[in-house]
Amino acid sequence: MSVPLLTATGLTRHYALPRTSLLRPAPLLTAVDNTSFTINAGETLGVVGESGSGKSTLARMVMAFETPDAGEVLFQGQNIHALPAPELRKLRQQFQMVFQDPYGSLNPRRPVGWSIAEPLRAIGEDENTNRRVKEALEQVGLHADAADKYPHEFSGGQRQRIAIARAIVTRPALLVADEAVSALDVSVQAQILNLLMDLQDDLGLGILFISHDLAVVGAICDTLLVMQHGKPLEAGRTADILRNPAHAYTQSLLTAAGVHT
Amino acid sequence: MLELTDYSVNFSAGAALRQANLTIKPGDRLGIVGESGSGKTMLALSLMGMAPDGATLSGALCVDGIDMTQRNEIEWQNIRARRVAMIFQEPMAALNPLRRVGDTVMEPMRVHEGLSHDQAQARALSLFEEVGIPDPAARLRQFPHELSGGQRQRVLIALALACNPALLIADEPTTALDANVAVLITDLLVRLSQERQMALVFITHDIAAVARATQDIVVMYGGDMVEYGPTAEVLKTPHHPYTKGLLDALPDPSRTTHDANGKRRRLPTIPGTVPQLQDLPQGCRFAGRCPVEVPQCAAQKPATQSFAVNRSSACHLNEGAKR
Ligand SMILES: Nc1ncnc2c1ncn2[C@@H]1O[C@H](COP(=O)(O)OP(=O)(O)O)[C@@H](O)[C@H]1O
Ligand SMILES: Nc1ncnc2c1ncn2[C@@H]1O[C@H](COP(=O)(O)OP(=O)(O)O)[C@@H](O)[C@H]1O
Ligand SMILES: [Mg+2]
Ligand SMILES: [Mg+2]
Repeated sequence: MSVPLLTATGLTRHYALPRTSLLRPAPLLTAVDNTSFTINAGETLGVVGESGSGKSTLARMVMAFETPDAGEVLFQGQNIHALPAPELRKLRQQFQMVFQDPYGSLNPRRPVGWSIAEPLRAIGEDENTNRRVKEALEQVGLHADAADKYPHEFSGGQRQRIAIARAIVTRPALLVADEAVSALDVSVQAQILNLLMDLQDDLGLGILFISHDLAVVGAICDTLLVMQHGKPLEAGRTADILRNPAHAYTQSLLTAAGVHT
Repeated sequence: MLELTDYSVNFSAGAALRQANLTIKPGDRLGIVGESGSGKTMLALSLMGMAPDGATLSGALCVDGIDMTQRNEIEWQNIRARRVAMIFQEPMAALNPLRRVGDTVMEPMRVHEGLSHDQAQARALSLFEEVGIPDPAARLRQFPHELSGGQRQRVLIALALACNPALLIADEPTTALDANVAVLITDLLVRLSQERQMALVFITHDIAAVARATQDIVVMYGGDMVEYGPTAEVLKTPHHPYTKGLLDALPDPSRTTHDANGKRRRLPTIPGTVPQLQDLPQGCRFAGRCPVEVPQCAAQKPATQSFAVNRSSACHLNEGAKR
């Protein structure tokens, strides 16, 4: 079998809580505890759990924004947290992220084309920038002219498309989406989920898809990791977990998500 | 206890609410759903006599049988505190960060009912218990930032209940909360409505929550009430194409994710987005996005058709179905 796109092994991350006493060391909070998973090219892994369960911390470690206290992340076989800075910078074009609030990654005072090109500039790519920005816009279903408009001229759903264009402009192999559809109306949410599936089919992207909504995760993910209090609770094929959840907690997420039941 | 008749809210750009008709009786639990920009908040604010400046109001809004459309702010203030209360999406924004939450909750009781400090404090304590805040005596003395999002929303519910309203309007009360906290808050609102015989208007874009919490539902689009009926029936057999579109777009965990060829299924979507007020069609607001549109739709506003005592929809294609 070929090497998985991404393998995370035993990821663990602690944060110091505020000290309760000057005499004692600050107590530690384990935000992510000994969590392992793999993502294959062209596949989507869903991470689901209530807020505070460690999903975003996991994403930050996968993106190498944060270093784990234990465990490692192998991206295409390379330990990203052990790479020297220049090599990590080069590798970054291979993994990109989309957030819940697209405003966070779009500069309100610049045309969106400028923001979309930002990851290209970060890796020192300045040839063909315009052409690649336009290509990315068309890939997310927008007109190339959108590059010259400002963020406020777009609807929430369009802004999320722009944020996705920004994430795919470097032609990454992995996309990390943290609550990327959570703020959208159901109709727009469906459009963006379909877009992610289309991009995946066209580009062979691996996706780490994070959400608190088990119904949403169920619609797009091949495999699933359910987290609670930083710990992996169950993992497996999405269809199996949805049909037959092993934990009452997973069942409660299903109940929260259900209309059709 | 509350009735809207052909009630409209007009801005220079267009109508944010168009000829709304609605009756709310004591103890009713009514859900209001629709994409953002459908006019849900405008409806909620209207029921509170808080339509924004620049709006022209028409039609009738009766509270306890009295038409309030021509009443002044003082009369509305009295209604707001004692008959109709509201909670909002963002609990942090609605609480004064520099005040202890107990003081915030006690204020309306002292102002509107003239309770003494001790009386108000006793009532605040029992309200905190009623809305499920653990260790209520200690919480009264805390500041908003010391509470979690779910606890803050409970404090706001306690504040809304301070003067025993007959109607509670909750505008997206769970949108800013986590899924499982959202379920607890929704269930709390239902319990309070039942125990107090208090009517509840529950506004949300979370259809799962509406399904669990309400008896009747209004579906809004572009400022129109496009469908109304018992929640379970509307969700099961929607009549209006917009309602159908919304329900189809919801991911369904019980549905297989791959088709017979092993290809991953796409979700059904409603094409396009909700237009701005000035761009809404003059006829059916959903024209231009509707999959079953006929030529008259864009020009002519469809009449609201009743199908049963408690069920209606406004769609030209329903007209043939009218008995
Ligand atoms: N930078 C940080 N410093 C301290 N605690 C943090 C930090 N980031 C996250 N946490 C804590 O770690 C836990 C997991 O948080 P997070 O990964 O954001 O969860 P989720 O994304 O599932 O909501 C939470 O208890 C959170 O308060
Ligand atoms: N003060 C205002 N002036 C003009 N238009 C407004 C004002 N407030 C809201 N609108 C418009 O009214 C419509 C309905 O808005 P709203 O009731 O907030 O929708 P919802 O709560 O369903 O998202 C939208 O098109 C919005 O832009
Ligand atoms: Mg998070
Ligand atoms: Mg609103």
